[in-house]
Amino acid sequence: MEILISILVFGLLASGFGALLGYASVRFKVEGDPLVEQIDALLPQTQCGQCGYPGCKPYADAVANGEAINKCAPGGDDTIKKIADLMGVEVQPLDENHSVDNTPKVAFVIEEDCIGCTKCIQACPVDAITGAAKVMHTIIADECTGCDLCVDPCPVDCIIMIPIKQTPETWQWDLQSIDVVQID
Amino acid sequence: MDSVLERINKNHFWKFPGGIHPPEQKFLTNDKPIKNLRLPKELILPLKQHIGNGGELLVKTGDKVLKGQALTRSDNPMSVPIHAPTSGTISAIKNSIIAHPSGMSELCVFLTPDGQETWVARNIVENFYSLSKKNIVEKIADAGIAGMGGAGFPTSIKVNTSPGLKYLIINAAECEPYITADDLLIREHSSAIINGIDILNHLLEPEIILIGIEDNKPQAIAALQAASQKNDKIKVCVLPTKYPTGGEKQLIQALTGQEVPSGVLPLSLGVVVQNIATVFSISEAIINDIPLLRRVVTVTGQALQKPQNVWALIGTPIQHLVEQCGFNETEQQRVIMGGPLMGFALPTLQVPVVKTTNCILAPTNIEISPASKELECIRCGQCSDACPSSLLPQELQWQAKAKEFDKLEELNLFDCIECGACAYVCPSQIPLVQYYRVAKAEIRHNRVQDFKADRAKLRFEARKVRLEKEKVAREEKHQKALAARKAAAKTSEGQANNSAIAAALARVKAKKAQGGEAETTGIDSSVDGGDVKSRAAQAIARAKAKKAAQQTTSTPVTVESDSKSQAAAAIARVKAKKLAKEQAAQAASEITEEIVKPEVAKSKVAKSKTAEPEVVKLSPADEKKAKAKAAVAKAKAKKLAKEQAAKAVTEITEEAVKPEIAKSKAAKSKVAKSKVAEPETAEPEVVKLSPADEKKAKAKAAVAKAKAKKLAKEQAAQAASEITEETVKPEVAKPKAAKSKVAEPETAEPETAEPEIAKLSPADEKKAKIAKAITKAKANKSSVSKPSSSISDDDKKKKISAAISKAKAKKATATINKEESE
Repeated sequence: MEILISILVFGLLASGFGALLGYASVRFKVEGDPLVEQIDALLPQTQCGQCGYPGCKPYADAVANGEAINKCAPGGDDTIKKIADLMGVEVQPLDENHSVDNTPKVAFVIEEDCIGCTKCIQACPVDAITGAAKVMHTIIADECTGCDLCVDPCPVDCIIMIPIKQTPETWQWDLQSIDVVQID
Repeated sequence: MDSVLERINKNHFWKFPGGIHPPEQKFLTNDKPIKNLRLPKELILPLKQHIGNGGELLVKTGDKVLKGQALTRSDNPMSVPIHAPTSGTISAIKNSIIAHPSGMSELCVFLTPDGQETWVARNIVENFYSLSKKNIVEKIADAGIAGMGGAGFPTSIKVNTSPGLKYLIINAAECEPYITADDLLIREHSSAIINGIDILNHLLEPEIILIGIEDNKPQAIAALQAASQKNDKIKVCVLPTKYPTGGEKQLIQALTGQEVPSGVLPLSLGVVVQNIATVFSISEAIINDIPLLRRVVTVTGQALQKPQNVWALIGTPIQHLVEQCGFNETEQQRVIMGGPLMGFALPTLQVPVVKTTNCILAPTNIEISPASKELECIRCGQCSDACPSSLLPQELQWQAKAKEFDKLEELNLFDCIECGACAYVCPSQIPLVQYYRVAKAEIRHNRVQDFKADRAKLRFEARKVRLEKEKVAREEKHQKALAARKAAAKTSEGQANNSAIAAALARVKAKKAQGGEAETTGIDSSVDGGDVKSRAAQAIARAKAKKAAQQTTSTPVTVESDSKSQAAAAIARVKAKKLAKEQAAQAASEITEEIVKPEVAKSKVAKSKTAEPEVVKLSPADEKKAKAKAAVAKAKAKKLAKEQAAKAVTEITEEAVKPEIAKSKAAKSKVAKSKVAEPETAEPEVVKLSPADEKKAKAKAAVAKAKAKKLAKEQAAQAASEITEETVKPEVAKPKAAKSKVAEPETAEPETAEPEIAKLSPADEKKAKIAKAITKAKANKSSVSKPSSSISDDDKKKKISAAISKAKAKKATATINKEESE
């Protein structure tokens, strides 16, 4: 009899919790993979495709599914470190196949040479190039992520990548250059 | 409120936490009146001297400007204009090093004074009360007034608030140990300052006006008290000397007991703080209509013989200032802009005084020792005792060193006013403020990056959506078209019981067959020379030849001497080159003298036929065409370079060549005569032939570029093998051929080919022909990764090169023929 009672009690408890969990899984269902979103937020969003994926989101997706975390060249070591923290894995050095030069750049169209073929417009992942067929194209510098993807499709090589110049506003203080000292 | 006012009335003020008492150095300059300097030779006026954006220029180099004339303007409220501090000429507008710790350059207007001090027309208002508040704010903005205490915030924004303030605080604390500029200004111009305060009172209508001043300026206090007697709203509040009382938030706390919360503007507490020098400038601007042209600068330090406060025109080079004060430059001399605690060492003495420059300090090394070595933090906690913002400097320092930016923000790094009190008290001499500055700059940078990344992400997503939409639309369209076709097929071929798919397949097949036929017929016609379409056919043939060159395997060459044409010889040469790539010396040696001889002899006749008519016809081609074609040429060169597999080089068999040669002559002459230029052959020609030198140069540049790219992509070494001497010699041996440099061994490097073209440019027609030949040859050759550089300056050479190009075309058709025969 006691056994029956205990079975009954535990059975009730189990079905009760089961129902609760079942309800929760429907009621609080999370759309998409939150981890992907988090990884995506850490990536630099240059959409350059250097990782081998067609954009930052697909790479984030792949990383969440076990892809190596060290393939983001524009993000560099900082990004790798952040992803490693998030994923709870070891920090790895940047993949050797990827360039280490991640100085911020912006594309520039040499306008005399542009023939208006629109190839770069099609290549730009962030629609930062304006122009139409047979008219000169130009880059919206503020929107350019410096991903490099427009350089190769250009049939006349009129796109160059220019490193972004530092201005006094974007200048990074350098410990050596500061010279304010105590007086005694 | 009452209790606060009562306390203020009793001169019983509050305290802010922390603070330090650095040794006073004001005695150096506070006993001498403000000196007027003579005009410097040149004034350097940075367009942007305040927080916000620079305006747009109103003047250009060479313009004469009058004193007080605006040099920039802007519709942006965060931007204030700059003015000519004296009359003179704009000598330059260029980038120059500005007063910024980075030592970077920004756009500056260089003004050479004429010494006349001719004023621009001024509109002096007798009674400013007659002006509307809007007018006054506008006047303040037009006068270019920005906060003169150090930050440089546009004053017009600060005073453009709805009235009903609790406190208007005038900051005369001047807490840095060396600076006496405000002290002297108050002593000498107290009535003007009070006028300025009246204007602000009129604008802001505060309940009470507090002038915060430290007790180390007794004369200034007396002057202010005397001047402010008429207005009982004004209260001169004497505060104990403590650094940094002059900090905005610290002064508010000391005077009203209210702490300004983190991330909140004083305005939201009903407080506006104005620097006293700014107030003076407001008075000048409203009452005398004098824009901000000059300011008091304390030029001090023991490296100066006569440290003194001076009236410095905005834009005066620091060099001029310190020289006027008896500057003895010592070893490792530093000149600091701002005070010793918050200033920065200047990169050069050529930087100008700007609106925020209140002090130039030229200390000796004994006075302010160069930065000593930083030691480990001993966790003494003195820094947190000294911090006026109640932060935890040592923790900030650790996190800043570890670059833990999130933690830094949690520790409220951005509430740090960079006063330097922590670094001052640090027994380990850690330059704490510097770490904070670095960290702050980096955090700001990261914020900008994050913002950009978010935008990029949005745009990327938006683009994906757009592409998806376009794709769907396209598919729909295709489906509709397909349906329409199906319907059409059904109705037209009623009896045909083939399914639509079968019909489509059949159509495709038919098309293919047709295409193939067309090509073959085209080739035939070109060979026959009788067809009008011959040019297009030729192009196709050439394209095929290129392809074939990549696929077919090579067969050894055994070209017999063909007495008929020089073209044959040219082909032989081309082949020799190709062969050289593969088998180097031996194979090339197979080419016999006989091949070369007849070619040279006959070249004249054949060449003149083909080359000249083309030149004549193509030369009128207009600019745009030339350009477009150049671009096409470039594009093609690039494409070819990509396609080619450098190694697979095919040789044309004798059999194929012979019949082709005979026919191709006739065909070519026709091609040349017929008007419509076929794009592939024509483009390079047109480019070279267009009369304008400029265009030629452009085209060449394009070719050069294409080549450079190609080169980079090629596997240089093997393919670029040199033509062996054996091949070359026979040609050279012949008297005629000897003159022409055609046979000179080519290095097979595209770059070398280029300069040669350039050399030839002076000779119009010849050059044109040669260039044409070269480009043609190159386009063809790119498939074998080696442009020919057979160029010379005399007739024969010209012809020979033309022959080469021709030969190639023939070779192409020959390949096709061969294919067909197979």
